[in-house]
Amino acid sequence: MIGVVASVIDGVLVGAVYGLAAMGLTLIWGVMRVINLTHGAMIVLGMFIVYCLSKTAGLSPYEGMPIVVVVAFAVGVVIYWIAVDRVIGRPILMSLLATFACNMILIGIGTALWTTSPYNIPVSLPGISWQGYTFTGTHMMAAAFAGLIAGLLYLFLNYARYGKAIRAVASNREAAELSGIPTKQVLAVTFGLGVALACAAGALIATLFPFTVLSGSNYQLKSFVVTVLGGLGNPAGALLGGIALGLIEGLATPFMPVSWTPIIEFALFVIVLVAFPRGIFALSRA
Amino acid sequence: MSALLEVSALSKRFGGVQAVADLSFTVGKGEILALIGPNGAGKSTVFDLINGVFPPDSGRIVFEGADITGKPTYEVAHHGIARAHQIVQPLAGLSVLDNCLVGACYGHDNLSLAAGREVVREVAALVGLADRLAMPAGQLTTAGKKRLELARALCGRPRLLLLDEVLAGLNPTEIERMIEVIRAIRARGVSILIIEHVMRAIMSLSDRVVALNLGRNLAEGSPPEIANHPAVIEAYLGDPKLMTMSGAQPS
Amino acid sequence: MTVSADIGQQDLSRKDMGHEPAPEIAAPRRVFPALIVLLGALFALVPYWGDDVGLRESFLLAAVYITLASNLNIMIGYAGYINFGNIVFFGLGGYICVDLVTRWHWPLVAAGLMAGATVSLLALVFGAGILRLRGAFFALATIGVNEAVRQFVANFEPWGGATGIYLSFDAYEPLGGPMSALWLVYFLLVGVMVLSLLLSYAIKTSKFGLGLLAIGQNEDAAGVLGVRTPLHKALAYSASAFFPAVAGGLFFFKSGIIEPNGAFDLTLSIEAIVMIMLGGYGTVTGPLLGAFLYEELRGYLLTSPTISQLQLVIAGALLLAMVLFAPGGLVGFIHQRWPRSRTILQ
Repeated sequence: MIGVVASVIDGVLVGAVYGLAAMGLTLIWGVMRVINLTHGAMIVLGMFIVYCLSKTAGLSPYEGMPIVVVVAFAVGVVIYWIAVDRVIGRPILMSLLATFACNMILIGIGTALWTTSPYNIPVSLPGISWQGYTFTGTHMMAAAFAGLIAGLLYLFLNYARYGKAIRAVASNREAAELSGIPTKQVLAVTFGLGVALACAAGALIATLFPFTVLSGSNYQLKSFVVTVLGGLGNPAGALLGGIALGLIEGLATPFMPVSWTPIIEFALFVIVLVAFPRGIFALSRA
Repeated sequence: MSALLEVSALSKRFGGVQAVADLSFTVGKGEILALIGPNGAGKSTVFDLINGVFPPDSGRIVFEGADITGKPTYEVAHHGIARAHQIVQPLAGLSVLDNCLVGACYGHDNLSLAAGREVVREVAALVGLADRLAMPAGQLTTAGKKRLELARALCGRPRLLLLDEVLAGLNPTEIERMIEVIRAIRARGVSILIIEHVMRAIMSLSDRVVALNLGRNLAEGSPPEIANHPAVIEAYLGDPKLMTMSGAQPS
Repeated sequence: MTVSADIGQQDLSRKDMGHEPAPEIAAPRRVFPALIVLLGALFALVPYWGDDVGLRESFLLAAVYITLASNLNIMIGYAGYINFGNIVFFGLGGYICVDLVTRWHWPLVAAGLMAGATVSLLALVFGAGILRLRGAFFALATIGVNEAVRQFVANFEPWGGATGIYLSFDAYEPLGGPMSALWLVYFLLVGVMVLSLLLSYAIKTSKFGLGLLAIGQNEDAAGVLGVRTPLHKALAYSASAFFPAVAGGLFFFKSGIIEPNGAFDLTLSIEAIVMIMLGGYGTVTGPLLGAFLYEELRGYLLTSPTISQLQLVIAGALLLAMVLFAPGGLVGFIHQRWPRSRTILQ
């Protein structure tokens, strides 16, 4: 019983990181109605940035986080201008294929550079022991970082001038344009921001589990599950959804083999979408 | 006139907004009924509820004696109700002919492709799109797209046509033309429920007018009665003493 | 309300020149199906007359790709639903057919048809569920379906689990031995390819196809016009499963081995999408040309070891280029340059 509780608490910690990743996805959708299928590749990018930083400069992932965010933002803006900008007004089919094509390109390059072997970043932090179970320092640190970044995002979107501009564009692009907001620039920035969140999450995940170039698809699926749990376009919901997913994983892992987890999550994904099209945590919107 | 469509005690809420509240009205056979009200009065929502875009929270919708409350859009279409949308929804990559063909083949009569093509040619001639049948719908002008909405809806040979602001964005000549078309449609036996802001059209076209405000029944009557109704004027303009809609002095 | 409502033109770049006199909308001509059958005959007879096994193998792969792309086009090009995990039909059909032949000693053709029917039925049942999802969610759900089936099969002992099923040479005896079996399977695959193209054409020119195209343009508007969208989508999904399943059965029978990773190869699944976009989605000939071109390209690229590593990158770059600059693909380009070709090159 204690084991299950410990597993659940641990799941919640990890879930905060899932929530962070999903926030990037849901932000992009909420503002420009594009489902970013490079999301998984961006998570992987975050993982490998901190890996390279730790190998070349000896930086820990936590120290390297600002670099991750800056690089990721730049990459996101570039992807936006190359692939996304031209497909925004067009049928969803096109934006799905465009972002998916980018994903293929990036994963292909990643595979060429790093092959599909597993990588690991050794990070050691003191943990907390409780009733014979240890909550690792890395898990707690990751959750703390996730919470911190989420908090910064919240402040930015609600109190910073540019953040409000982003919300204006999300709400009504034409009206925002008419009010003098440079919508294209805002879209590019939002995309960069969404990518930065995904990369940050990837960097944190790298401290928790071993990873490969192909790990992205797994975490992308989790991000999607979280996004539908929390409601599309709702960053706060994404964080809650991530924690919920972590909770579910924590409940499930003591009882079943790990290879079943993606199937459970996929089933959850389909069920939630069919039963709750607006997400479970969707705050009431007119 | 026997009632073709009966809407009773319809209600719909979206989050914090009560879009439609306890609304009731009927549309008679062969009648043109106008639904008017200030913006946000819930008119388009009423259409959404009637043609099945989403179900009401409460209330009933009965069409030709059959209860169609909450039925999906395609079933409502099969019962014989068609709709021309306020924000046009052309099937942009298909030709005008194919757009209308969908309406003809999947509408109330469930026609074959060949029979459907005949109906399309006839309707296109009535509506004024006969010269543009091969054009991709996405390339039509705004007026053209509005006509397409109408033509497509008509091809299904509906018995009730829901027209949602089909005159919006048209110039006076186009409006006159459209009014004639709507009259011709009614002359063929199609009943019409129309949402409009162009008052001149409402006055000349409709047999009766139902005025809404904030999702509720406000007033009902003939066009002149509604035009001079103090509650209606107040809803639109705020103070009935300021002016009336048809120029007559308020009592 | 979706963002994409009237504000931007929802054109798919399949514009005609605009000022051409409007060609009369033609009822389907007999010419096109005849051309397809002719193509199939060429496919079948050219390697046979030349007794050219190398050419046969190359054409066989092309026939498989064309089958996959053409059927996938029913979902992507007509109904507008991206089935990323389409390869699940191919793999599952392969397993069912091979199992029926090896364990239950069914004749090949019957086993192939049974595989097709079973996978189609499963697609109808499960499709009804996941087709309630729209856009990217459906697309991702199909990947999930593929992964789930792969996991299941990898753990399913009667089908060889992770190692899969090997066919011994006796499996080819009823067909006259391995040599003639390979030719027979080839002819059957060409037949499947021809039938797939004909199915695509039949759907496109039918009332059912019109409903699908309407769904692909604007699903909500299609519903308002009376198209029974859930049923249409489910039938399309099921129909798009049949021939890939049969093709899978034939292909893996000929290969002599089927195992989970090769059967449910997501890369091939995605390449099918690239083929469609390359050739022109929503048309009958588009997938045909796209698959053919892509197979040639792929064969050429794989000869160089460094480039073969970048297979995914090149496919991705190609897809991106098509989406950004030529969404109508090769056929779309031809239609634009020569509008008369629209009725001949469907």
